Amino acid sequence: MSEEKKLFKVTIDNITVEVEPGTTVLMAARKIGGEVAPPAMCFYSKLEGSGGKCRTCLVEVAAGSTADPRPMPKLVASCRTNVMDGMIVKNITSERVVDARKGVVEILLINHPLDCPICDQAGECHLQDLGYDHGAEGTRYEFKRRTFKKEDIGPYIQLHMTRCILCYRCTYVADQLTNKRVHGIVERGDHAAISTYISKAIENDFSGNMIDVCPVGALTDKTFRFKNRVWFLKPVNAHRDCTKCSGKVTLWNRGDEVFRVTARKDQWGEVEEFICNTCRFDKKETKDWVIEGPTLVNRHSVVSQGHYTGLEMPKETIQEVMNGRKPKLLMNIHDVSEVNKPEIDLSAIQGPAHSEDFK
Amino acid sequence: MESLTKRVKVLERKPMTMVESWYLLNIIKGMAITFSHIFKRNPTVKYPEQKRPFSPVFRGLQILNRDEEGRERCTACGLCAVACPAEAITMEAAERKEGEEHLYKEEKYAAKYEINMLRCIFCGLCEEACPKDAIYLSETFAPANFQRQTFIYGKEDLLIPDPVSDPEGFAKARGSRATLNEQKP
Repeated sequence: MSEEKKLFKVTIDNITVEVEPGTTVLMAARKIGGEVAPPAMCFYSKLEGSGGKCRTCLVEVAAGSTADPRPMPKLVASCRTNVMDGMIVKNITSERVVDARKGVVEILLINHPLDCPICDQAGECHLQDLGYDHGAEGTRYEFKRRTFKKEDIGPYIQLHMTRCILCYRCTYVADQLTNKRVHGIVERGDHAAISTYISKAIENDFSGNMIDVCPVGALTDKTFRFKNRVWFLKPVNAHRDCTKCSGKVTLWNRGDEVFRVTARKDQWGEVEEFICNTCRFDKKETKDWVIEGPTLVNRHSVVSQGHYTGLEMPKETIQEVMNGRKPKLLMNIHDVSEVNKPEIDLSAIQGPAHSEDFK
Repeated sequence: MESLTKRVKVLERKPMTMVESWYLLNIIKGMAITFSHIFKRNPTVKYPEQKRPFSPVFRGLQILNRDEEGRERCTACGLCAVACPAEAITMEAAERKEGEEHLYKEEKYAAKYEINMLRCIFCGLCEEACPKDAIYLSETFAPANFQRQTFIYGKEDLLIPDPVSDPEGFAKARGSRATLNEQKP
């Protein structure tokens, strides 16, 4: 044990990086960052044992190691393959990988309903991003897609099994973060579905995190359901003293209203620190939180649209010219508009709004 | 001085002769041109009674479309609002309840939908962004008005008449181009 740990040299897309033995190819690629990192739908670095199910992270290994430089005959799942010293990996530089990934996306989308206009995950959906980046334009699938009834699991979480891609992340969350798992995968193969034991409610304190880890819109926040699209909300970092978790969250605001609370996510779309259900579902007022500042959003994300930062406003000269008089407001849009009525407090409504809420 | 181009006409400023100073010849020339127009085709139309056909790319007031059963197509996905360069569109979504299936096509619908026609630049990006065939730019102009308030169009102003209960109004709102497009293969 006195021996110093030897670092492994691994070359991914012609970029060499030194990593500790036992690192997976995916994590080594993430160390390089950028486009070299393969996309992952089921792998989650914070959840032990996840990965190896979706096959989106397939890479080509051009040379196994310095000792045995033969290439691996098949593409391997980078989230489950450990690096060897002198390994040469091809990700986006390999045509085989790009082609295989296109096929994987097509298979993932076979049963996916493509109800993005309705789905609350749209705009921050990993499958949407994956489809845009690697997928084909249309589908070749002609048969009926598998459908399920939507299910309420507990008072806060809505399960749309139709949208599920069976990544198993949520079951790992339940296993590793909560004291008792009450949901899992039932049935097999094409019939496989996530469900609870006879519609039992999920009430564990950290169960809300399965909403955050879900790469698609299968598990969504019922308190946020249909309230607003994510790209119209302003994400701000905030914290509070919480006895159960770190209390560091992202608030999704519209004006002063807190529409949704989620954990903070890093550049790979993974949660930085898991948060408890009290923070997530019960603290929906600005006064509960200490606001740190706006969350930095990748400018390629639709969430960042309309958030004007670093804007230099032109100097307002009208008041100067008019001897301090303000310009006359010809119409206040809030007097006329039917939308965003102050008396309808959407964030105060539990669950989605209905027709009687807008009467 | 040498002229810049070869097409320069040098103006002659000679004093008029006796015949020229009567202007008779010039008046007859001018009147002949005027009278000749009586027999030519009229380039204008008598507007309120007579209307020109809309060009296939004309973009007028928006309409919110319904499907053939008369249900609203809009699901309040917000893509029109995010595509709108003038930020004229706002909406609020609601969940369809049981028993409202005949009103709304999808499980989510726009409870409130508003277009500020003072802001709208009629670029048609909302129509292009719509994944549900729900919004179209029609063949109507925004009518003029003295009040700014009248240009905030709510859902009741934008929705197309129900094709089941009011097929004539529906066809009229769809305009002449809708049938034109359908005839194409």
